[in-house]
Amino acid sequence: MINKLLLFIFLFTSLLVNAQEPPMADGMRAEGKIYVVIAVMATVFVCVAAYLIVIDRKVKKLEEEIKNKKS
Amino acid sequence: MGVESSEFTENPPKNSPNYEQPTTNCHMKNWYKILSVLLILYTIFWGLMGPVPRLDILNETIRNVYYHVPIWFAMLFMMSVSIWYAIRYLLSSDTVFETKSFNAAKVGFFFSIPGIITGCFWAKYTWGTYWTFQDPKLNGVAIGILIYLAYFILRNSIPDELKRARISAVYNIFAYVMLIVFIMILPRLTDSLHPGNGGNPAFGKYDLDNNMRMVFYPAIIGWILFSCWVFEIKNRIAQLNSILNDQ
Repeated sequence: MINKLLLFIFLFTSLLVNAQEPPMADGMRAEGKIYVVIAVMATVFVCVAAYLIVIDRKVKKLEEEIKNKKS
Repeated sequence: MGVESSEFTENPPKNSPNYEQPTTNCHMKNWYKILSVLLILYTIFWGLMGPVPRLDILNETIRNVYYHVPIWFAMLFMMSVSIWYAIRYLLSSDTVFETKSFNAAKVGFFFSIPGIITGCFWAKYTWGTYWTFQDPKLNGVAIGILIYLAYFILRNSIPDELKRARISAVYNIFAYVMLIVFIMILPRLTDSLHPGNGGNPAFGKYDLDNNMRMVFYPAIIGWILFSCWVFEIKNRIAQLNSILNDQ
């Protein structure tokens, strides 16, 4: 009887453990701090993209300069 | 500079290597650059806010799929562009193609650096170590990158221009084949920690649900277009260099 009870308790607790969801950063989302991370990542990427645009324009300027020199 | 020469510079034959693409209608040409920035910004926002499956061990790091994997796709795409131009060079003997092939390999190599570093961080928090010799994909990609490093050294060590172009184009084909063998074929034959390899379920099968696809596919397209942008700038600088050298 005790054995059966122990088995039942064991099965029940293992079920409970399985039912527990894997931890995620829900608190960070609830506090809205995730927006800070998004803002930082977006800023970094926008800076990289802006730098690439500046380089793109400089190359274009050089291309036009050489074109004008040739003709 | 007579009238004839200016006429010639205005209308060179389209198939000649000196043919310069008209730069006047640049707004139509730049659409993919804008698209790439918009797509990546979308993935930065929705990649962190969007719903993901709750999984043990992976937890929130599953979102790395949006940032780590597309970098590797961009790298692989650039290496494919590189071999494409290497073959075109060998078929046409036009060194402009070989320069493009070299530039594409450089951009691909550049993208492999953040790919490896982000992979190390992800591995630390899921597999427990920054680097493991049990994963054939990790070591395969390391060997592949070293093969491309040898390609750069080989190309820079040959002074004769035509010889350099021919040898590096042939080596480029070899390097690409080795890269594909090491990162696509070998990891699928043996046990691997990476998903989709060695009997492990791929992300597409269980982990990548439809919500994730909505971010993952735009991220791949965005980063590939971004690598194309860098590739285009490198080509234009190379073209300016060759014009300056000719003068």
